[in-house]
Amino acid sequence: MLRLIGKRLLAAIPNVIGIVIVTFVLTRALPGDPAAFYAGPAATQEAVEQIRASLGLDQPLWGQFIDYVGDLARGDLGLSVSTGQQVLDEILRRLPASLELTLLGLLVACAIALPLGILAATRPGSWVDHACRLVTTLGVSLPIFFTGLLLAYVFYYLLGIAPPPVGRLDSMYSPPAHVTGFYLVDSLLAGDPELFFAAGKQMVLPVLTLAIFVLAPLARMTRAAMLGVLSSDFVRTARASGLSAATVLYRYAFRNAMLPVVTTLGMVFSFMLGSSVVIEKVFAWPGIGSFAVDALVQSDYAPVQGFVLVMALLFVTLNLMIDLLYTLIDPRVSIDD
Amino acid sequence: MTEHAGLRHVRYVLSDNPVTAGSFALFGLFLVLALVGPWIAPFDPLETDPSKVLQPPSAQHWFGTDQLGRDILSRVIVATGLDFGMALAAVLLSFGIGCALGACAGYYGGWIDRVVSRLADTIMAFPLFVLAMAIVAALGNTVENIIYATAIINLPFYIRVARSEVNVRRNAGFVEAARLAGNTEARILAFHLFPNILPPVMVQISLNMGWAILNAAGLSFIGLGVRPPQPEWGIMVAEGASYMISGEWWVSFFPGVVLMLAVFCFNLLGDGLRDMIDPRRRT
Repeated sequence: MLRLIGKRLLAAIPNVIGIVIVTFVLTRALPGDPAAFYAGPAATQEAVEQIRASLGLDQPLWGQFIDYVGDLARGDLGLSVSTGQQVLDEILRRLPASLELTLLGLLVACAIALPLGILAATRPGSWVDHACRLVTTLGVSLPIFFTGLLLAYVFYYLLGIAPPPVGRLDSMYSPPAHVTGFYLVDSLLAGDPELFFAAGKQMVLPVLTLAIFVLAPLARMTRAAMLGVLSSDFVRTARASGLSAATVLYRYAFRNAMLPVVTTLGMVFSFMLGSSVVIEKVFAWPGIGSFAVDALVQSDYAPVQGFVLVMALLFVTLNLMIDLLYTLIDPRVSIDD
Repeated sequence: MTEHAGLRHVRYVLSDNPVTAGSFALFGLFLVLALVGPWIAPFDPLETDPSKVLQPPSAQHWFGTDQLGRDILSRVIVATGLDFGMALAAVLLSFGIGCALGACAGYYGGWIDRVVSRLADTIMAFPLFVLAMAIVAALGNTVENIIYATAIINLPFYIRVARSEVNVRRNAGFVEAARLAGNTEARILAFHLFPNILPPVMVQISLNMGWAILNAAGLSFIGLGVRPPQPEWGIMVAEGASYMISGEWWVSFFPGVVLMLAVFCFNLLGDGLRDMIDPRRRT
């Protein structure tokens, strides 16, 4: 098992190297001269050259690359011009907000998609099956920013049951003491149920928007995988041996059907991390996505690069965890080794 | 299969599946709007009118007017060309480059295969929308760069399909025969193997189109690429976003719905094409 984990970790290294190279290339491809940008419009030629030297931009490309990797190893992602803060600090401060949203969205999506897919697969041709097909096709077609706005219009403006779609907490509350950065967890740790519900209320719409989007591929995959497994020989044997329907469905079929679903989780995470950027913009959510978008609009590129790097590393980590989860639920993988 | 039987099969699938037929019709409608949109739009999409700001849908302005008094219906119609154009250009680019790279990797193997596969893996190591954002940020904030970014993030899908389809056929009987008949390797690849990867790739193209439109609109929604006042669905939704929560729903709603319909149409079309191409459905 440990050897397997080690092997998976090693396999992720080329990906990390690729990511670092790509972010470096994207850094160098930036329009304009960074030295002139930092120096400001009134700077003299000598001042620009001085800054160029201090930024290391007068060195050959490979020298710059080594500097870049060295900075990354020290955790230095550069300064944000618009806020004057270290990019890494800002990203770390905002990361919990994004993670809380994404993880909760995934949880809700799984809670709906898995039962829906199983029901559709066990009753092909029924109304559940048709509902499942409709949801999966509609879900992938809905532009996520549009879903978010529609939900905000219906539940905030028309029905008035949702709080205004701005930020993580209504301005009348102050955030809980920072422990994990997840408001839902921190407010419980602080023993403040009112704050917990206030934070929860703000999360309902963005989480729902994300869940609707992610639901589709998950439900589709669950249905297809369940259909495949249910028609297999070992399920027929289990049925013929007189095992109860529930045992066949959950212990025999479900566990095997989960394997392809777990594999698609990687693609699902790719979609989720990308769409969280858009959702954060719609709901004025103070996460790393809205930080990057704000910086992008102001041509402040260091936060954007830091954001891309953090997102890519996060994605590699998630994929690694999926791999490990896969070996946990499928013992054959570790035996094959 | 003869041409005639092929047509009959298409007709059979269409009559068997009214949803697919409907999506073909919708696609035709979008195509017409994209081609002749500027000539059939009832108003000038850029003309502002301070006396008609934020009017709800009416007989004169079916989709209402926006915060500058522009007719939303006209803007939605004219935007079709840009949105379809961006998605089509991006998908064709990744189709051409991805298939060429993937086919070479699958046919020649060796270092070409390793380099191409590594390239695809590296692209897939990023959350794709985030990578697109980064590419547009690095190359500059223009419509062309949105197209390049969308093309790059779609590349791995074409590379993988083309690579695996060519790889399983590289030593097939008809390839050996072509080789014995004196065809060059490049000619075998282009005229004997390439046509074989087209069917699965066509399905991929259709599904990708919907995704490319969503992607391009998403990038413009967060303020990249298309600049106002140019009409484009994503940016129109973004412009109406703040009015949505104060009750002026139509500013965002109509461009959003049309965008959704377009994506929906391509997804259904892809499923329908798959039914047509998948031999297990042929009777």
